Amino acid sequence: MKSLFQLYIQQFKTTFATMFQYRASLVIWMIGQVLEPLVYLIVWSTVSNGNGGSIGSYTTGAFVSYFIILMLVNQFTYTWVMFDYEYRIREGYLSFALLKPVHPIHSDIADNIMSKSITLPVLTVIAIILGLAFHAGLTVTPWTAVLFIPGLLLAFALRFLLEWTLAQCAFWTTRVSAINQIYFFLLLFLSGQIAPLSILPHAVQIAAKILPFYWTIGFPTELLLGKVTIEAAFIGIGVQIVWLAIAVLLLRLVWRLGVKAYSAVGQ
Amino acid sequence: MVNGNQDKSGSTSYPAKPPAANAVVQIQGLSKTYTVNEQEAGAKATIRGIFHRKKTEVPAVDDISFSMAPGEIVGFLGPNGAGKTTTLKMLSGLLYPTRGNAVVLGHIPWKREKTFLRQITLVMGQRNQLVWDIAPIHSFELNRVIYRIPLDDYQHILKELTDLLELGPLLTKPVRNLSLGERMKCEIAAALLHRPQMVFLDEPTIGLDVTMQRRIRAFIAEYNKRFGATVLMTSHYMADVAALCRRVVVIHHGHLLFDGELALLLQKFTSHKTISIQLGECQVDLNKYGEVLSCEEGRYVLRVPKAETARITERLLADLPVVDLLVEDPPIEEVIDRAFTEWNP
Repeated sequence: MKSLFQLYIQQFKTTFATMFQYRASLVIWMIGQVLEPLVYLIVWSTVSNGNGGSIGSYTTGAFVSYFIILMLVNQFTYTWVMFDYEYRIREGYLSFALLKPVHPIHSDIADNIMSKSITLPVLTVIAIILGLAFHAGLTVTPWTAVLFIPGLLLAFALRFLLEWTLAQCAFWTTRVSAINQIYFFLLLFLSGQIAPLSILPHAVQIAAKILPFYWTIGFPTELLLGKVTIEAAFIGIGVQIVWLAIAVLLLRLVWRLGVKAYSAVGQ
Repeated sequence: MVNGNQDKSGSTSYPAKPPAANAVVQIQGLSKTYTVNEQEAGAKATIRGIFHRKKTEVPAVDDISFSMAPGEIVGFLGPNGAGKTTTLKMLSGLLYPTRGNAVVLGHIPWKREKTFLRQITLVMGQRNQLVWDIAPIHSFELNRVIYRIPLDDYQHILKELTDLLELGPLLTKPVRNLSLGERMKCEIAAALLHRPQMVFLDEPTIGLDVTMQRRIRAFIAEYNKRFGATVLMTSHYMADVAALCRRVVVIHHGHLLFDGELALLLQKFTSHKTISIQLGECQVDLNKYGEVLSCEEGRYVLRVPKAETARITERLLADLPVVDLLVEDPPIEEVIDRAFTEWNP
């Protein structure tokens, strides 16, 4: 346990050093992270204003706060391992990782935590500025604030494990970008990134709540905004835990099979 | 396969030498067959390929057996595609074999047990385990915690490696700014920080200039001596092999062809020797003694059959006013190349 802790500390340092090697690209990347929710924010507030100031339970101000909070939640739960994996396998990095006496997932977890601790404070400042500029209407009650924390952490854990598992597809196919695209399309639509789930058709809402996507982004966002009841919040956290357990089992299974396939074929 | 001492039967398949009781590496009938999708030329074939892929079995390593004693440096030779890297990947645990057994340091490599992984290393030339964007020292530190190297030991070995490989100024430069040779040195250092007892080196000197090759070579010898590590290395540079390996294992098309002393391999496949003699001028016709390869300022180089060397030398000395005479073996490259060509099944 102690050595794992040391490993995380060292990986933090490595990620920190790596990130500051490319300061310009870091800034460009963060701008990208802001632009997407900003576009949705503008589109939906315009539509809302044209609709007499609200759509469903969302007022124009609520749309603004929804997309600003969503930007932060998305940043918190986002991973890039799926884009990385094919490269790791093709370039032989994975072989070296397999020869190390530690599971490669640890360096990814540490890498994620470190890079987020650098980008999140910056994005939080941007979020505050955007909130003021677009007149966000946000009232946080104590219980939503308290439940938001486990909701957010579980969302990150769930999304990380799911995307890490999905990244293992690279063991079987060299065309993972097609799989990634399908995944990101589903995620965009069903996680609440494109619009709050509650203003989408009922059937879509049901599908989104059965599948894991909503629980990785939309749920913690709506939780903080007070758009879910306290009962629904507890149920939601329960669903997240169930999905997390499924994700852990899935990851272990896919990892074992993937490594086996890799060891049979070689690169 | 041929053990150092040629068997009288002339058959190409002999039982392997029994492994020593304390062998670090023991391989028995190790085989690896890859399944490859065949791609045919032409549009029709491409469309057909969408629905029905033609698969072929390609044997990369076929029934090889050998063992290694602790502290031994063995040269693993063979032309490109002979199955060297596949074998190293099986022995380090990256590949499951199709058939056969291997035990390395008492472990089955492809189980990849942590206790096994902490005792081995695999260095593949040009591939890197260093993080590209940052200085090597960060990757070293990462390896320190991954391999749980106690801080004192780490500082000690880092200093030793830094001295031996002259890493000093390189440690803090981003890897992407290092030259190929500098990167290779750091790569090797990163791979050896945990003082592995079993070292697999795949082309450790590929693409490096002669000076750097020599330095890496000296380092491998020193590491082997200092830590008693067992080394299995492939190299296309015969100078590496001649300098480091008394024993060589030769494979070709996945088959084990030779396992024995390098000197024996050379002897077996050296059919000719060269005789250089210094005469006054280049006007003499020496073709009756052997094939004249060159003559410059009275220095003749003759190629003669190995068995005839003594007789021809004697005749040259008796017949001609020889000032100086030198009998040499042909370069190792030439001999090995000949061995591969002759063994081509």
